[in-house]
Amino acid sequence: MKKTVSILAGAMFSLGLVSAQAATLKMAYDADPVSLDPHEQLSGGTLQLSHMTFDPLVRWSRDLGFEARLAESWERVDDLTMRFHLRQGVKFHSGNAMTAKDVVFTFNRLKESADFKSIFAPFKEVKVVDDYTVDLVTNEPFPLVLNNATYLFPMDSAFYSGTDEKGNPKDLLVKHGDSFASSHLSGTGPYTITSREQGVKVEFSRNPDYWDKQSPGNVDSIVLTPIKEAPTRVAALLSGDVDFIAPVPPTDLDRIEKSDRVDLVAMGGTRIITFQLNQARVEAFKDVRVRQAVNYAINQQGIVDKIMKGFATTAAQLSPEGYLGHNPALKPRYDVEKAKQLMQEAGYENGFTVTMMAPNNRYVNDAKIAQAVASMLARINITVDLKTVPKAQYWPAFDVREADIMMIGWHADTEDSNNFYEFLTQCPNVDTGAGQYNSGNYCNPAIDKLVLQANSETDVQTRAEIMQTVEQMLYDDAAFVPLHWQNLAWAANKKVDIAPVLNVMNFPYLGDLVIKE
Amino acid sequence: MIAFLIKRVVQAIIVMFVISLVSFSIQDNLGDPLRELVGQSVSEAERQELRDEMGLNDPFLVQYARFAKNALQGDLGTSYFFKEPALEVILKKLPATLELVLGATLIIMLLSVPLGVYSAIKPYSLFSRAVMGFSIIGISVPVFLTAIGLIYLFSIELGWMPSFGRGETTQILGFWGSGFFTADGLAHLVLPCISLASIMLPLFIRLIRAEMMEVLQSEYVKFAWAKGLSPRRIYFLHALKNTMLPVITVGGVQIGTMVAYTILTETVFQWPGMGFLFLEAVNRVDTPLIVAYLIVVGAIFVVTNTLVDLIYGLVNPTVKLAGKK
Repeated sequence: MKKTVSILAGAMFSLGLVSAQAATLKMAYDADPVSLDPHEQLSGGTLQLSHMTFDPLVRWSRDLGFEARLAESWERVDDLTMRFHLRQGVKFHSGNAMTAKDVVFTFNRLKESADFKSIFAPFKEVKVVDDYTVDLVTNEPFPLVLNNATYLFPMDSAFYSGTDEKGNPKDLLVKHGDSFASSHLSGTGPYTITSREQGVKVEFSRNPDYWDKQSPGNVDSIVLTPIKEAPTRVAALLSGDVDFIAPVPPTDLDRIEKSDRVDLVAMGGTRIITFQLNQARVEAFKDVRVRQAVNYAINQQGIVDKIMKGFATTAAQLSPEGYLGHNPALKPRYDVEKAKQLMQEAGYENGFTVTMMAPNNRYVNDAKIAQAVASMLARINITVDLKTVPKAQYWPAFDVREADIMMIGWHADTEDSNNFYEFLTQCPNVDTGAGQYNSGNYCNPAIDKLVLQANSETDVQTRAEIMQTVEQMLYDDAAFVPLHWQNLAWAANKKVDIAPVLNVMNFPYLGDLVIKE
Repeated sequence: MIAFLIKRVVQAIIVMFVISLVSFSIQDNLGDPLRELVGQSVSEAERQELRDEMGLNDPFLVQYARFAKNALQGDLGTSYFFKEPALEVILKKLPATLELVLGATLIIMLLSVPLGVYSAIKPYSLFSRAVMGFSIIGISVPVFLTAIGLIYLFSIELGWMPSFGRGETTQILGFWGSGFFTADGLAHLVLPCISLASIMLPLFIRLIRAEMMEVLQSEYVKFAWAKGLSPRRIYFLHALKNTMLPVITVGGVQIGTMVAYTILTETVFQWPGMGFLFLEAVNRVDTPLIVAYLIVVGAIFVVTNTLVDLIYGLVNPTVKLAGKK
């Protein structure tokens, strides 16, 4: 197994670019972490917190490779087993030493977590070889062992054992209760939490015993304030009240780029925005020509330019660039004449009426995008009755497939193409949970077979070919309507060298952040 | 007096009962709280299990009876998001909101009385016309826009004022985190208070002006002029007193309304008060918190109205006679 080492970080360190002075980072996100328990909710906020206060076995590098963290190295023992050699001398915030038993403890807890158990379902067990060696054993040959190991942030088993003052076990994992783990934390990470007022601010300070002495990071305290309103967040940055903000709203990109006090960093993101055409509700959508016509009628570039202000990448498939399944041959196919012709061939030149639903506060500009798509479909005589609702009401509606066309955005938790297919395009099956978010009821057993095959294919090249074939088949079938991948943007004061610690997963590695004086 | 208070307390209990029933019955239309608690890949079966565990699948009356029983013991439920008793969460945020309202009220009182009186005495002066014109603009511009405009001008362009939050607070009386005692806390109060005041200030200037003009036409003021009293005495002693009576009534009701307006102001300024808390709770479908908030705000309305009635009685002892006419 190849191991990517952070050469850049080492080089910067030796060049003496790192100042030894104490620095404070004031940052604002749109929300603060819901809980200190890293296993309570699988969300961006939880993972951002985990990367600040814990360390995973391995983590993603910027080019979607893997960096050694608490696992110093790893090797494949057999088809089912991956062996990890743990870093020695690593201490938790509590002072306890990190060993194999903590990895086992964390693994078992992840298996219990409603949110994380699906990621760890392919794993059978974790075996302790010695104090600093563990084997991750899968049920079947599994290609994504390292991808999923990025979710394994060893927790301090001694710290989370025993009972709290209410008599509950300290490792209790609950969604909606006041558990010990939701308000106490002991990880190995670069920061400890010094104070936390939920919804107001969280204060972090540098872990003086942090194991990673190579890290160039010189920030010794962080104040995280959630600022919900985007204009206020931008104002706080521009006025110097905070040094770093995310996300940056598309409407303010210009203003930030022009400012001489702050830097904007943008990246193509991995969250795909799509519409699904429900074949169970609308007879016409069973016809591949109608589905293709819908795809031909939609001007993705126009949506990206006009609504997203250029702040998205047009898509013709699910997998973004950098994913194994990304098929570079697939391009958006906007052509209204072709769309009309296809409608005519299918016998729908006079069109039909459908209902459409989209959330209005979940994805960037979601309601506006839905309006644009509705008016584009009018040009091929498909009359759309559009309804947009807040996300809290949208998901229950989505679960019962309340409209003929529904919007869904998706980010693959595993950073792997197969995750898209499993949730969005597999034949829906209530018992196995397959196609849970496939509101289009699209079903192609040939594709499902390939997806299954890719799931146990450990040869990277073969796997990539299988998944790219899947993308091609979905494209030909016009299984759904891909629109774009949302871009990501962060903005920071010029003295904060934010770019090197950012990545497409949106987990800034703030432990390695350098603030220039 | 005692009878009056007892009557008010009974009214308050009825009001809060109705509020709790209404807010409890709309909660199903707000959305699914489970979706805000779990990640996207959690299966429907597991969500159902959680729903059962939280008692969300019980019939409405069972849920309400459980809520009412706990509420009578002072427990309004536990917030899903904060994982603490909803009432405690709200009471913790109450000082921030009340200080914001207090600051705005001070601004309104200090500005509306002199401006209203002046424009009543000299209705045709240039300054009066400017004040009236300005108040039309003030009353029509939404608070959201005023707030953003203020942030843009004073925080970004001029850099004089902080753009968000409460700044440094000091603990007074053991539980009340106050921003009134530090320079930083006061600086953070300025812009939010001005934004909040901007809605009510024009209303009060116009109200005071209209009342004052009416009083100045009355017989007793004419008599005072004829008697040769000094203008200062006439305007500020005799006329102003009677002008203030209706202003107090309206003012009391408006302060209650202002608590509601804090939702917008607090959202723009990321002010950690209960208005912002409420909006967040709606977004997250944190139903226990929503219900508790509505009950607390209902209580605030009842209390302010009671106080207004008491003050009214003190200022104008003839109020009962006038009421019986």
